[in-house]
Amino acid sequence: MLKASDRIFTNIYGFDSTALADARSRGDWDGTRDLIAKGRDWMVEEVKQSGLRGRGGAGFGTGMKWSFMPKQAGSRPHYLVINADEGEPGTCKDREILRHEPQKLIEGCLLAGFAMAAHTCYVYIRGEFRREAEAFQRALDEAYEAGLIGRDACGSGWDFDIHVHLGAGAYICGEETALLESLEGRKGQPRLKPPFPASVGLYGCPTTVNNVETIAVVPAILRRGSHWFASLGRPRNTGTKLFNISGHVNKPCTVEEEMGIPLKELIERHAGGVRGGWDNLLAVIPGGSSVPLIPRSVCDTVLMDFDSLRDAQTGLGTAAVMVMDRSTDIVRAIARLSRFYMHESCGQCTPCREGTGWMWRVLVRMAEGRARLDEIDVLQEVTRQVEGHTICALGDAAAWPIQGLIRHFRPELERRIREREAAAARQAA
Amino acid sequence: MPKLTINGQEVEVDPGLTVLQACELQGIEIPRFCYHERLSIAGNCRMCLVAMKGSPKPIASCAMPAAEGMVIETDNPEVHKMRKGVMEFLLINHPLDCPICDQGGECDLQDQAMAYGFDRGRYHENKRAVEDKYMGPLIKTIMTRCIHCTRCIRFASEVAGVPEIGAIGRGEHMEITTYLEHAMTSELSGNVIDLCPVGALTSRPYAFAARPWELRKTETIDVMDAVGSNIRVDSRGSEVLRVLPRINDDVNEEWISDKTRFACDGLRRQRLDRPYVRRQGRLQPASWDDAFAAVAERIKGTDGGRIAAIAGDLACAESMAALKDLMDALGSPNIDCRQDGAYLEGQPRAGYLFNSTLAGIEAADACLLIGTNPRIEAPVLNARIRKRYLAGGFAIGLIGEPADLTYGYEHVGTTAADVGRLMTGEHPFSERLRTADRPMLIVGMGALAGRDGAAVLAAARRIAEDFGMIDPAKPWNGFNVLHTAAARVGGLDLGLLPGAHGRDVRGILDGTMSGAIDVVYLLGADEIDMARLGKAFVIYQGHTGDAGAARADVILPGAAYTEKNALYVNTEGRVQAALRAVHPPGEAREDWAIIRALSSVLGKTLPYDNLDQLRARITDACPWMAAVDTVVAARWGRFGREGTLSDEALASTVGNFYLTNPVCRASVTMAECVAALSGRPSARTGTDG
Repeated sequence: MLKASDRIFTNIYGFDSTALADARSRGDWDGTRDLIAKGRDWMVEEVKQSGLRGRGGAGFGTGMKWSFMPKQAGSRPHYLVINADEGEPGTCKDREILRHEPQKLIEGCLLAGFAMAAHTCYVYIRGEFRREAEAFQRALDEAYEAGLIGRDACGSGWDFDIHVHLGAGAYICGEETALLESLEGRKGQPRLKPPFPASVGLYGCPTTVNNVETIAVVPAILRRGSHWFASLGRPRNTGTKLFNISGHVNKPCTVEEEMGIPLKELIERHAGGVRGGWDNLLAVIPGGSSVPLIPRSVCDTVLMDFDSLRDAQTGLGTAAVMVMDRSTDIVRAIARLSRFYMHESCGQCTPCREGTGWMWRVLVRMAEGRARLDEIDVLQEVTRQVEGHTICALGDAAAWPIQGLIRHFRPELERRIREREAAAARQAA
Repeated sequence: MPKLTINGQEVEVDPGLTVLQACELQGIEIPRFCYHERLSIAGNCRMCLVAMKGSPKPIASCAMPAAEGMVIETDNPEVHKMRKGVMEFLLINHPLDCPICDQGGECDLQDQAMAYGFDRGRYHENKRAVEDKYMGPLIKTIMTRCIHCTRCIRFASEVAGVPEIGAIGRGEHMEITTYLEHAMTSELSGNVIDLCPVGALTSRPYAFAARPWELRKTETIDVMDAVGSNIRVDSRGSEVLRVLPRINDDVNEEWISDKTRFACDGLRRQRLDRPYVRRQGRLQPASWDDAFAAVAERIKGTDGGRIAAIAGDLACAESMAALKDLMDALGSPNIDCRQDGAYLEGQPRAGYLFNSTLAGIEAADACLLIGTNPRIEAPVLNARIRKRYLAGGFAIGLIGEPADLTYGYEHVGTTAADVGRLMTGEHPFSERLRTADRPMLIVGMGALAGRDGAAVLAAARRIAEDFGMIDPAKPWNGFNVLHTAAARVGGLDLGLLPGAHGRDVRGILDGTMSGAIDVVYLLGADEIDMARLGKAFVIYQGHTGDAGAARADVILPGAAYTEKNALYVNTEGRVQAALRAVHPPGEAREDWAIIRALSSVLGKTLPYDNLDQLRARITDACPWMAAVDTVVAARWGRFGREGTLSDEALASTVGNFYLTNPVCRASVTMAECVAALSGRPSARTGTDG
């Protein structure tokens, strides 16, 4: 269990005031100028050494991502963009940071911005997060007033501005290039890669897009040292993480824990256990709606980090743990997620536009058993035809939950079909 | 030069090429729907996926730059499976209505489904249906067929410069539409029909007219403007059913204007299909012999100086050469090919050509437009200017009526006097021209047909010379005349200009009014003021009943541009050969042959009996006319007549894009365009429709 002294988000529940003075008393903005004085290369190296991997879902090395930016700003300005378009079903970690730990994010923006030679940062907040945006804007105003950002931020000599932008409620705008399109005022549709945002990003300039949580932990890493962060968790899966536990648990919650905590321990210790006891568990979606579910047998032992979940044919994603007990209609549950992806597909590229609707319709029928047995294989093949063939990862995200369902619950699908066939035969007789 | 391996073969390609282009160079065909050479890359159809070693996912070859060391596989079972998957997705919501679809037989989806389609569907849900959208009188939409390749969107916003097509909705509810379902306000809108890989956007006038395999395809030349767009005329029997563009990067790239494409229905209406002679004030059908006899009766004994001829805008080089020979034989110096009265001269040739060439626009870095609106005078050329504009670093100035040209420009002035001010360097734009490396100017008929035409021409020459537009060392000649008539350059080349003491168009009309001219021979000339022909005896030779035919005393029915083998010279001076697609209707004949036949009736038999002999005579007089399809650089010289530049506004001579010649005035489709796009619905009353 994570020691209290290792906790980064000490006010994640908002029990304390979020005012700047109180945030500072909790350690935010402590010696920020000195951190900046240590220079850009030191910062990038520290973040690399800490093993911090992006907290938005893909888990790409943050230090590595930063190092893709040109070393010095040329004729084109550099931009830092914070992805606060938290739309992944089950995920509710960034909103807590925006509401209760905004100074961590603001300080992180300054440090990350300095590390990649950006003078401007955009925080793209999900449109539905109006209250969160207001809270963040209040904190931002305070930071401006205190001279922590703006001209000569913290007295470091670095000019740094942060702009808040509210999205219009499209899930796809959480994809980094669609987010940039939306930020530029166009329809939120992912761009083709290459070129990657680090070379051609916002307004055609070098840009790095980072998740809220990723940036909010950067000040702690730089202040306490990369070795401290790397000492938590397991190799390649270091540090702490905000886990969101929802569904059929006794006490749904968002909690900061060490990476690599066993899933069972996470649920039992922090969420009050599965409703009706561990034996009542049916399956868990461990990382937000887009990762494949895992059945109870896997949940017994799996560790909550990138690599062990990958080995279990699922993913850490955003670490949004959705717990489903035996009362769950698992096919309908996945069908509902499937509908979400159909609704949120941007429609730009063929496999996702056409495939998401197809998959949803088949699943709706399968939930009622209105299908033929061989359609399970067709459905499986359709998910394979979508996966990996699209411009962005939404196609994968739509395919994976269904693949997980077929992988672990094929007998359930077959049972429903057979039962309906038998009922139909009885009726005919 | 990146070196990559495609299907086991090592290939070296130019930097900047995509994997798809590299594959094409190897002769490997990659299926695609959204990719188009002349549009930006969208990468959304996913049909062009190929496998790349080291990449966990397949790559979209249309969007991936070819890079050193890539190992590409385009033809293994895995890739085939991916393509079949994408094809299946495209087809699940595509209606199975090929038998009633106009795209049938020339449909990309149909063709590629032959290679990558399944023989039966696995999709058992309901298909999506999409409401059709109104896109104007030219484009028929069946939006259920749309596969969302976005080619039409990209064409409208990039090439046509009217960002009026877009996609609304998302996911499977994404729909292509025009803004508020208005007609697309572009003179190039018809090109989206060619671009659409399926039958979602088809030609409205051509709807259900024919199947592509029933058509006879003739590669020929367009005459609706002076660009000389390369076209393919598709005909069945004696009817021209549609016109499509041919690819010619030097002229029209891959585009044609809506007038070029859709005015062909005018070739079936108001046709002059037999000779007529006016008797007792009425035009009566007559035989060729009677018509020729009527002409001979009037001309014989008339002094050559009292006879005049005017060549129209659609006349071919052969008929104009024959007319010129006939007038010479009759001893008449009164001949002109400049219906609009433009002050152009026959010498030097550089003084009336688009010298930089159309492709040369892309090499220029500054441009001055004088008295022209290229968007309506030559839409395809305008698209070329826009293409250059989008590439950046291209300063454009306009002297003339301000208009939406689809690109940004500086409005330098409106009047002829403003041309003078620019010439003397009083306007700051002159500095932009002076500092440019390859500056160009385009002077239109709006500047040359006015009262100050000759002086504006001289001023334009001075600007060209003073601002470094003429540089034989580079070589660069940025002096350009944009003609509006397909016949004009040919006429000037062949010398259809007043001879010694001869009268030009203005003189001829003055002469008919005063009685100094007794006989006027109109070779398809319909754009003059017929009321000013006075009491003259008018011979009209042409193919469509328009103003000229209505005034004529004798009508000699000729052939339209699709009905004869003929040469046309475009505004660049490029000689291009039109080929006969269909025969002229009824008793109509090829135009040069009519003049040749008339000459023998008049006892002045012209010295050629067939087209080859006539062409030999043309190339004797104008050696450059032998070089078909090429542009021969013209020598620079003095032209224009310096004079006072008044405050007369320079307005384009093209009033309505859709109604510039007898063919398009006879076209129902063009009339519908005028009704839909002129924006005057109030002119309709309750009794209409």
